[in-house]
Amino acid sequence: MELSGSQMVVEALAKENISVVFGYPGGAIMNVYDEIYKQKYFQHILTRHEQAAIHAADGYARSSGDVGVAFVTSGPGFTNAVTGLATAYMDSVPLVVISGQVPISVIGTDAFQEIDAVGISRPCVKHNYLVKDVKDLPRILKEAFFIARSGRPGPVHIDIPKDVTAQNAKFNYPDTIKMQTYKPTYKGNGRQINKAVEAIANSKRPVLYIGGGAINSNASDEVREFAKITGIPAVETLMARGVMGHKNPLLLGMLGMHGCYSANMAMSEADIMIAFGPRFDDRVTGKLNEFAKHAKIIHIDIDPSSIGKIVDVDFPIVGDLKNVVESMIPLAKEKINAEKYKSWRDLLNRYDEIHPLGYKDSDKVLKPQWIIEKTGEMLGDNAFITTDVGQHQMWAAQFYPFSFPRQFITSGGLGTMGFGLPAAIGVKRAFPEKISINFTGDGSILMNVQELMTAVEMNIPVINIILNNKFLGMVRQWQTFFYDKRYSSTDIQKQPNFVKLVESFGGVGFKVKTKNEFNVALKDAIDSKKVAFIDVDIDRFENVLPMVPAGGTLYNMMLEYKE
Amino acid sequence: MENTRRVLSVVVINEEAVLSRISGLFAGRGYNIDSLTVAPVPNTNFSRLTIVTNGNKRVLEQIVKQLHKLIPVYKVIESGEFAEQEMALVKIPLNENFSGLDVMLKAYNGTIASSGENFIVVMVADDAKRIDNFLKAIKKFNPIDMVRSGSVALDV
Ligand SMILES: Cc1ncc(C[n+]2csc(CCOP(=O)(O)OP(=O)(O)O)c2C)c(N)n1
Repeated sequence: MELSGSQMVVEALAKENISVVFGYPGGAIMNVYDEIYKQKYFQHILTRHEQAAIHAADGYARSSGDVGVAFVTSGPGFTNAVTGLATAYMDSVPLVVISGQVPISVIGTDAFQEIDAVGISRPCVKHNYLVKDVKDLPRILKEAFFIARSGRPGPVHIDIPKDVTAQNAKFNYPDTIKMQTYKPTYKGNGRQINKAVEAIANSKRPVLYIGGGAINSNASDEVREFAKITGIPAVETLMARGVMGHKNPLLLGMLGMHGCYSANMAMSEADIMIAFGPRFDDRVTGKLNEFAKHAKIIHIDIDPSSIGKIVDVDFPIVGDLKNVVESMIPLAKEKINAEKYKSWRDLLNRYDEIHPLGYKDSDKVLKPQWIIEKTGEMLGDNAFITTDVGQHQMWAAQFYPFSFPRQFITSGGLGTMGFGLPAAIGVKRAFPEKISINFTGDGSILMNVQELMTAVEMNIPVINIILNNKFLGMVRQWQTFFYDKRYSSTDIQKQPNFVKLVESFGGVGFKVKTKNEFNVALKDAIDSKKVAFIDVDIDRFENVLPMVPAGGTLYNMMLEYKE
Repeated sequence: MENTRRVLSVVVINEEAVLSRISGLFAGRGYNIDSLTVAPVPNTNFSRLTIVTNGNKRVLEQIVKQLHKLIPVYKVIESGEFAEQEMALVKIPLNENFSGLDVMLKAYNGTIASSGENFIVVMVADDAKRIDNFLKAIKKFNPIDMVRSGSVALDV
């Protein structure tokens, strides 16, 4: 059967069981859009900016675990998409992003809307392709999906010149694929696993350091079971919130720059660290040569380059976390006695009692932490939570009671403001029966606010809770702490009327100044089944605490801010 | 940690963007390239690169792992012994006194590669260290221009 390049794209997505794509058309990708118009396999959601198309596909992928798909045109369409690709790349999110390119005959002539797209995307994707011959397209599409979802997941970019989308060739879409040079390792080395479990059994103060790999590998059940049978306390990174579940007595909380005291002390005092798919980000480790300096390190990761990149590892294990922990469990049952760590657990619980995660509530002004706790109380595991970037993001990570993996969706590695709203749209599209909450700031929300139109048009009711401090709050906090309160370009009291703004798109808006107003607004927003803004006036000068200043040590946290 | 020199032989699928993937990786992550040579492996779909780099232990380990992570990279040969050769061409004016040149060329596997009305081009092939030495020694003939190839290496 002969198909055009554009038809191949559509048929390949059907074969990959894709039910929704996000995108924005333009000259170079028009042939593909014509085929999208004709087909019935999947829904196309038109965002109002290419960056948002990628973030929406990203939110869809992170929440569902499936590959997210997006389309953009050449030139500015593609360059707008780059932040989205980089965001997904830093957090290992499986995407296939297809861009149009000028015809092969004019590539290299600075043609209208020509840009070297694969040259630009190379450092922010797992792999990319410039399709030079329509005959290669079926294979490339198959490889792209395979690469995106296998091994350490990541975005794959395919750049297709316009003439290739019009040319015909045979369409043989392979069911399975084997690549000569790409073979991820899934099964961990048995001897290494044995040695690692032996080392844990011989330790006195072990700690589980759980990272985003636990989510990508769908290893939450195994990790919980491993913790349970061994009685080893656990800490989660920003990317791993939800893996253990907030009710789990072994979970100390989040670690790192804004981690809780007991979690950071556990890392600092542990004699062995069992790293389940984290990547030792500098926001987690603080000063490296003081990081977990008493601990032997077991590091399990599917990406060999992640192991030994930042710290020397005593027991490196390359493999899929789910697979590796599965094989650790029977060994642990045999060798590890949970009783042994009781005094260690008691010590850490005592740390938590001495310096619990908390905040001082007030009856004069709303505290952002209260808003997040309250939302958690009201919605719990009925909601997926996305965030933008800043203080509100950290408060959400600290105070929302996450109970399942993928419930918390945030731009961790790149820290992309403007991620939250489009990602929440992708989440809600993947789970229409759940509530999709985006905690955002008055700065971040304006970075992709045009996506209100997408949400209203497609009837995807996401609820944006704006923790409005009239500041670029996180930067303001650093200026307060480290720049003598010189608030250079962070005081943003000039604001739109957020209620009218969302109404003008066809959504509903609520202005909130009291606790009671918040309770009512959240209920009404949910009942309205409409796209909503809840604009909450919060304490302008609230800080995210505790804090390990950049380059500081985890055991030396700033627990409160004194003027 | 101390920097050491490392020769890497990298076998890759011979496709268009592969060299930019590798040079981009080195540039983007701040790794050094002392020299890089590349050519197709006859009768296969592979090319073979020889990269001479330097860095501390952690960096060298990362370079190898990051190279492996690139999809078109088939093999990275990093350890064991290499037969390593580099070539240099040197253009020397004809009005020089050439006494001793012949002996030098012999010592460095050299020959006269080309000549013109008022110059000759000599060629030598040897390991990188010895090429350094040769290029120092040849200065006494007041060379007009010179070029070196970068190392090619084969694991033995
Ligand atoms: C695209 C982008 N630009 C700049 C930054 C730097 N930055 C990090 S947090 C922040 C402030 C965010 O302000 P807001 O969205 O109001 O959230 P708040 O911190 O007040 O909760 C800025 C500017 C960023 N992370 N992303």
